Amino acid sequence: MSVLAVEGLRAWYRTGTFGVPRDVRAVDGVSLSVEAGEIYGLAGESSSGKTTLIKTIAAATQPPLEVMAGTITFAFPGGPIEMQRADRRALAAIRWRHLSYIMQGSMSVLNPVRRVRHAFVDFAFRHLGQPKPQFLETVRAHLQRLQLGPDVLDAFPHQLSGGMRQRVTIALATVCRPEFIIADEPTTALDVVVQKEVLAMIREIQRELGSSVLFVTHDMAVHANLADRLGIMYGGRLVEEGRTDQLFRTPRHPYTAHLIASLPRLGDTAPKAGLSGTPPNLADPPSGCRFHPRCPRATDLCRREVPPLEPMAAGHRVACFHPEPVA
Amino acid sequence: MGSTFLALLRSNRQFAAGIVLLALVAGFSCLSFFSPWPPNDSFVVPPDLPPSADYWFGTTSRGQDLFWLLSFAIRNTLVFGIVVAVLSRLLALLIGLVAGYSGGVVDRLLMSINDTFIVIPLFPILVLFYFVLKDHMSWGLLALMMACLGWSYDARLIRSVALSLRHREFTETGIFSGMSTRQILVEEHLPYVLPIVFSTTMNNINWSIGLEVTLSVLGFTDINTPTIGVMIYWANQHTALVAGIWWWIFFPVLLVVMTFIGLFLLAVSMNEHIDPRSRLGRSER
Amino acid sequence: MTALLELKDVSRVYGGGPFARRQVAAVSGVSFSLQEARPEIFTVVGESGSGKTTLARMILGMVAPSSGEIRFQGTDLATIRGTAGRLAFMRKVQPIFQNPFEAFNPMKRVDRYLFATARRMADVSGEAAIAAAADTALRSVGLSLAEIRGRFPHQLSGGQLQRIAIARALISRPLLLVADEPVSMIDASLRASIVNLLRELRDNSGLAIIYITHDLATAYYVSDRIIIMRQGRVVESGQARAVLDDPQHPYSKLLKSSVLSPEVPTGASHA
Repeated sequence: MSVLAVEGLRAWYRTGTFGVPRDVRAVDGVSLSVEAGEIYGLAGESSSGKTTLIKTIAAATQPPLEVMAGTITFAFPGGPIEMQRADRRALAAIRWRHLSYIMQGSMSVLNPVRRVRHAFVDFAFRHLGQPKPQFLETVRAHLQRLQLGPDVLDAFPHQLSGGMRQRVTIALATVCRPEFIIADEPTTALDVVVQKEVLAMIREIQRELGSSVLFVTHDMAVHANLADRLGIMYGGRLVEEGRTDQLFRTPRHPYTAHLIASLPRLGDTAPKAGLSGTPPNLADPPSGCRFHPRCPRATDLCRREVPPLEPMAAGHRVACFHPEPVA
Repeated sequence: MGSTFLALLRSNRQFAAGIVLLALVAGFSCLSFFSPWPPNDSFVVPPDLPPSADYWFGTTSRGQDLFWLLSFAIRNTLVFGIVVAVLSRLLALLIGLVAGYSGGVVDRLLMSINDTFIVIPLFPILVLFYFVLKDHMSWGLLALMMACLGWSYDARLIRSVALSLRHREFTETGIFSGMSTRQILVEEHLPYVLPIVFSTTMNNINWSIGLEVTLSVLGFTDINTPTIGVMIYWANQHTALVAGIWWWIFFPVLLVVMTFIGLFLLAVSMNEHIDPRSRLGRSER
Repeated sequence: MTALLELKDVSRVYGGGPFARRQVAAVSGVSFSLQEARPEIFTVVGESGSGKTTLARMILGMVAPSSGEIRFQGTDLATIRGTAGRLAFMRKVQPIFQNPFEAFNPMKRVDRYLFATARRMADVSGEAAIAAAADTALRSVGLSLAEIRGRFPHQLSGGQLQRIAIARALISRPLLLVADEPVSMIDASLRASIVNLLRELRDNSGLAIIYITHDLATAYYVSDRIIIMRQGRVVESGQARAVLDDPQHPYSKLLKSSVLSPEVPTGASHA
């Protein structure tokens, strides 16, 4: 059974300024699953809905964001839990112990006026159920495994560099050995050199713990180097999903194909073409396939009907009526 | 503008309540133009009569119909409050925007002046002015003085907004588009500063009316022009509460409390409306 | 023949003065020059804290160097005073900022910046002529006035906004564009068109461009010459492809090896 199973998820922002209702359909019918021990990459650009998707999966929704339909089920050792139905106590019990979160800005996690040690105590202490001194020992051992010195615990966040802080955030998210980690653009704000180290750290800890990781970023190069399977989101829907090497070698959806082809590569000066048009307005999305206004292969069918996400090869799902031919 | 107003009225209860209260008060003050008696005439009606069908708010010990007298009083008080608020907003905007945008020596100079004004204790100064000016004290002069004392707090608020705007990229785009400093301040920065100006205007009106009432009750203003404070002064002079003429104090206080609450509700609800971040955070369904 | 832009040992130091704890050199001893006869895309590569943004601001005249000289067409920037002098300089040197959503006031329509630039920097007067100037500039970036007239920034995409920013910068017919990370906040699928646009401007309009970025792959694609900065100093410089194909300085080598290529490593074993 998959560790995470999302079925038909719809999550909209419902605003009503001055009594005029407006629905921003940020996530509009997404179904995916993440297996144990795999890194699932979620790619997408602005207004793709990926940020809303992970907020919903983590049950961190607040009005005006509302889940309209669908289920999110985690299969943890204690038993499956459906996130939408779970009450606050059940959620609190799994948060951090089974499901943890690595955020984009380390300063969103670490309290600037308290030492780093307190973050560990606040997040993890009650889950590990050990007396304080033993708990701190566990934390120190964990930090050491991640090549962070124990004196990091006594420092204030501003005394550490950006890369160090992000590594601390990762240590924080993994100290309880969770089964599922959601990583939301953890390396986007980091320098290229630091990014490489942080990604290596994520890979290593994932391998050691055997956790599943849902890794969200718009940076395709990161996905190429990290993700086992990759899901591409566009306009609130999944348009393609499959093994990373398969997707990069033979992308079937025109959006994926174009995206990959337009990425600059060091050592390559062949002219690149950008995608024409603009990302869809999720408050008033295009009819049928949301990509049709920008798609060179669009036909009338694409304007009328929503293409279903269907397997086109083993483990490779595509939502397109006219997928790219296999070269 | 009009459609926003109506939409706000429909959807925001605080705004609607505030508007209703203020409309009542303002409407009542307009009645003063229809008063059968000039405000300063006394003994035109039998004195000390409680509220009745003939005299809705009763009459005072000086033989004045409280209903019509009050309409003059609230009109004068409101006009006074608005004049002070407008004058002090202009001062605060000018000083705040210039200080925030210029930075450096100009900013430091203006802020030293500003901080001096913040520290000045208002009440003793105003009392002192009264004693110095005595007979030359008029409402216009008082309004001018209060405006000059009431700008400093808000100038600092405006300055901090201007400071943060100075370094935003669109200011630099404006500079590289050839816009002059004046154009940038008025066209680019002013819209950001206006929400502060609106909400502080309401507070300022409340503040100036409160100060006026205080001074008048103690007799430190021109007590021959009827305002809310002056009415309470005369009521005290005639020991109204002891004599049982409660209506002379009750109705002026009621009206000024309605004004205060109305302005407050307006300030709070408009503030929420103008700040786009708070709008997005609420699901108004 | 006078160089278009010449930097001689330019430094910028922050802190200092009798009560400062220590001084931070944001930029130290940078020198290079751009020739008018040979328009090029000159790229400054660096990570955060390398001083590249401070350098850009100094070239634009927004910040004064603590030491050294910056000359534009022979005139020392420090000698430019007064509104007229500043305006004359800004006509010839224009910026493109990193965040297209911040480059325009969110409360105002975007076309007013185009009109203001036409009016004040290109000496165009009369509504019709101003609109025509704006439209011409927009067409050169692949948009039109009809499309964006009356729109607010939140109604447009990052790619469109950045194009409008470029169009605005072109109205006064500048000789030099200083682009500070112009595509880092734009969707990857829209980046290529902006970068291609800059190449076209260099080729067809003879515009020199100083392109600031941290992204080596784009730098490889677009640059003629390149300098790599680290903590305020230039560690390596030269012809872009030569430097990036075979970097000499250890830091350059480190940078190059850290760049992730958008290709799945062959034989990679993913858990």
